[in-house]
Amino acid sequence: MKPSLETLRSALLASLFFGIFIFIWYALTVPRSGDRAIFELSEEEVAQLDELGMAMEDRLYYLESGLDFEQLWQLAEMQFTREEIEMAGGIEAFGFQRQENGEAEVRSHFPTPGQVFSVGWEMIRDPFYDNGPNDKGIGLQLAYSLRRVALGFGLAVLVAIPLGFIMGMSRLFSEALMPFVQILKPISPLAWMPLALYTIKDAEQSSIFVIFICSVWPLLINTMFGVATVRKDWLAIGRTLELGRFQMAGQIILPAAAPTVFTGMKISIGISWLVIVAAEMLIGGTGMGYFVWNEWNGLNIDSMIVAIFVIGVVGYVLDWIIGFGQKAVRYVD
Amino acid sequence: MKTDKFVLVENLSKCFPQPKKQELVVFDKVSFGIQKGEFICCIGHSGCGKSTIMNVLAGLEKPTSGAAILDGREIAGPGLEKAVVFQNHSLLPWKTVLKNVMFAVGARHPDWSRGQIREHSQKYLDLVGLAHASDQKPHQLSGGMKQRVGIARAFALESPLLLMDEPFGALDALTRGTIQEELLKIWGQTKQTVFMITHDVDEAILLSDRIFLMTNGPRARVAEAVEVSIPRPRKRAEIVHHPDYYTIRNHLVDFLVSRSKELSGSRAGEVTGEDLPSDTPVFPPNVDPVKLARKVS
Repeated sequence: MKPSLETLRSALLASLFFGIFIFIWYALTVPRSGDRAIFELSEEEVAQLDELGMAMEDRLYYLESGLDFEQLWQLAEMQFTREEIEMAGGIEAFGFQRQENGEAEVRSHFPTPGQVFSVGWEMIRDPFYDNGPNDKGIGLQLAYSLRRVALGFGLAVLVAIPLGFIMGMSRLFSEALMPFVQILKPISPLAWMPLALYTIKDAEQSSIFVIFICSVWPLLINTMFGVATVRKDWLAIGRTLELGRFQMAGQIILPAAAPTVFTGMKISIGISWLVIVAAEMLIGGTGMGYFVWNEWNGLNIDSMIVAIFVIGVVGYVLDWIIGFGQKAVRYVD
Repeated sequence: MKTDKFVLVENLSKCFPQPKKQELVVFDKVSFGIQKGEFICCIGHSGCGKSTIMNVLAGLEKPTSGAAILDGREIAGPGLEKAVVFQNHSLLPWKTVLKNVMFAVGARHPDWSRGQIREHSQKYLDLVGLAHASDQKPHQLSGGMKQRVGIARAFALESPLLLMDEPFGALDALTRGTIQEELLKIWGQTKQTVFMITHDVDEAILLSDRIFLMTNGPRARVAEAVEVSIPRPRKRAEIVHHPDYYTIRNHLVDFLVSRSKELSGSRAGEVTGEDLPSDTPVFPPNVDPVKLARKVS
């Protein structure tokens, strides 16, 4: 393994881009003397506001306007929407004044790179702690998501590859089943969620089902295509060698179609990882999607950013793992 | 039915239905016989159905009517008794050269041990001069080497009938010459019956005992069977000095250039199943070649 000049140069350029990105981020978020500090809410306070049904965006808006929890609570109790308050002439019309928060931690509205890195470091240093339903380590949340994806995707592989084989080998089957595939494929996997929850009555299994249903189509179509387009010559070789049905499938069709099947797997695992985050925001409880949503509810923007970054890295790793398999079955014709 | 012929083709026709048109008769009532151990080359223009005839012999295609008989039994499907060298080598690209040959040998001899299979396969790779390339994948080889692997694979099957569809068509002239001589050497040892399709007149003269000439399609047929009287073993450089060489060559070229067209579609000079040109034309030198290749009717 010798890193070529090309690799070195692209790595250098990538570092440069990253540096520029961090610099711009820092420049935009670094606290300035004129910046107003905002109050932070404790978990208890968040829960109280939740009870009164105050929207997250509104809380953030009022906090940034310089209100403290006491005033937020009063506002929430009035049960006015932000629009109604604005129409009445803003918070000043209700007699609220910006508080000088000497004791509150001074911070910018959006975390600086440094804050995100230190929070990220804390999160990664202790990824598996478990302090009840709303406070779990990021590693634990990641494990929940990965488990759901593994089960849903694995199930899809078990169903789609044999079915794709049959559809690829038999015109009758492919023509009979294609209309169903065509109609089911464009349905957003999340559209199945309520129906799954209603029928399965279990959030965990429903999310696995949603992953299954979103990863099954690319796998099915790619397997079918790969099997159907095996070169006629290779099949002719198999026939002249009097191979049996299973030998033909295992020794010729499978290796010939394998790269296409793996392409389907790559697409499927990518979609699964996109969908699981959204699904977990819907069902709640555990997982990366829930984690991001929960941090938003607590206005922990820094750990939210860390979580988003982790989602990206894990998605890349999943793709890389499938790529490993893809490399193993690849052939040059 | 005659049984002294190893391969017997009787009134073979192949039609392809065409939408909104009369069906296309590629070849019509083709008949010929091949003796055991004979090397036959089949020459004709593109579209005369040579490849289809070979595919019927291989059992990969079914004729519309007529029959192809191998060793007294009708050819019903592909099988190990008919080894095929395909036009584009058709190696399995995910297997190494040796594994490609072993795969075929293993299918032929399911009772053999892996060591036996390997040894047998290696022997045939040696014969085509590719012992050093055993562990390479097909894409790492040149076109000529790939084709040689395809030939090694077919020969390693040691099938009684060997079918080749323009095996050297894609090769440059130099490589082709070398492989042709290798082919002759191996064939000299195995004495298989060979049916080979080619476009190349010199190749046909070098290799064959008899050359089947096909008229142009549609409704193509085998018009003549020219016997190559040049004694074996033949060398590429030497046969051109044989007195018969240019007589035969001119005859073949004349057929391809003009007569294949004239004869196309006409049923005159038809070769029938009863009197097949296997016991036909000994090629006497220094005679007008057109009259030589006997037309049987």
